[in-house]
Amino acid sequence: MINKMVKNIKRPIFMDLLRIRMPVVAVLSFAHRVTGVMLCLLIPLVIYLLDLSLRDAQGYAEVLAILASPPVKFMAVILLWGFSHHLLAGIRFLLIDADIGVERDSARRSAWAINIGGLIVPIIALVLLL
Amino acid sequence: MIWRASGFRAWLLQRLSAVYMALFIGMFVLHLALDAPSSYQEWRDWMALPFIAVTTSIFFAALLIHAWVGLRDVIMDYVHPLGVRFVLLALVAAGLLAMGLWMLRILMMGGAA
Repeated sequence: MINKMVKNIKRPIFMDLLRIRMPVVAVLSFAHRVTGVMLCLLIPLVIYLLDLSLRDAQGYAEVLAILASPPVKFMAVILLWGFSHHLLAGIRFLLIDADIGVERDSARRSAWAINIGGLIVPIIALVLLL
Repeated sequence: MIWRASGFRAWLLQRLSAVYMALFIGMFVLHLALDAPSSYQEWRDWMALPFIAVTTSIFFAALLIHAWVGLRDVIMDYVHPLGVRFVLLALVAAGLLAMGLWMLRILMMGGAA
């Protein structure tokens, strides 16, 4: 179907994803999806840890040890980026649904703020870790 | 008709679950920050409080619904061959359902103990 479309269209087509400059709002939207999928993969891990922590005192101690181990902490920093970005971008979408920040300039400004703000939270966490 | 055909239900579920999860996570993090459990017994007792058990159950229900709507959108946007799309959607649905049942078992065991 896409091939047919390409044949029928007379205008020049430029589809090189690596060279297209994505507007900041597209970056935010794409990151919202990537972080969403990332957080989905986290669900079974969270349930597993909850299960283990509630089983008995030994399981509870195991969970604390797992959470305190350095590799898990660094993974948590990356997940914290995913969570912060997803939450902030989600709040932005809700505000836009409520007609707040719909104008192009304000939508671009908030997208910049969130793309950067979503990085600041894990960076602070990383600094606290080191 | 609009309700069934337009995806309005998915749109609404995604937003309601999002708001609920944001509030719940805020409450949970606040609790951990102000009054973190210091032992297994405290942690288990806290999780067994009716308010916490109920709000946690709703949280996981909201989480699984939110994940389903989101993953379904992503799969339908990027996976075009219908057979592959169907298999992927079925796998995701089965996975989320299994997690829901797992969660139910944990919460029921907590309530019985």
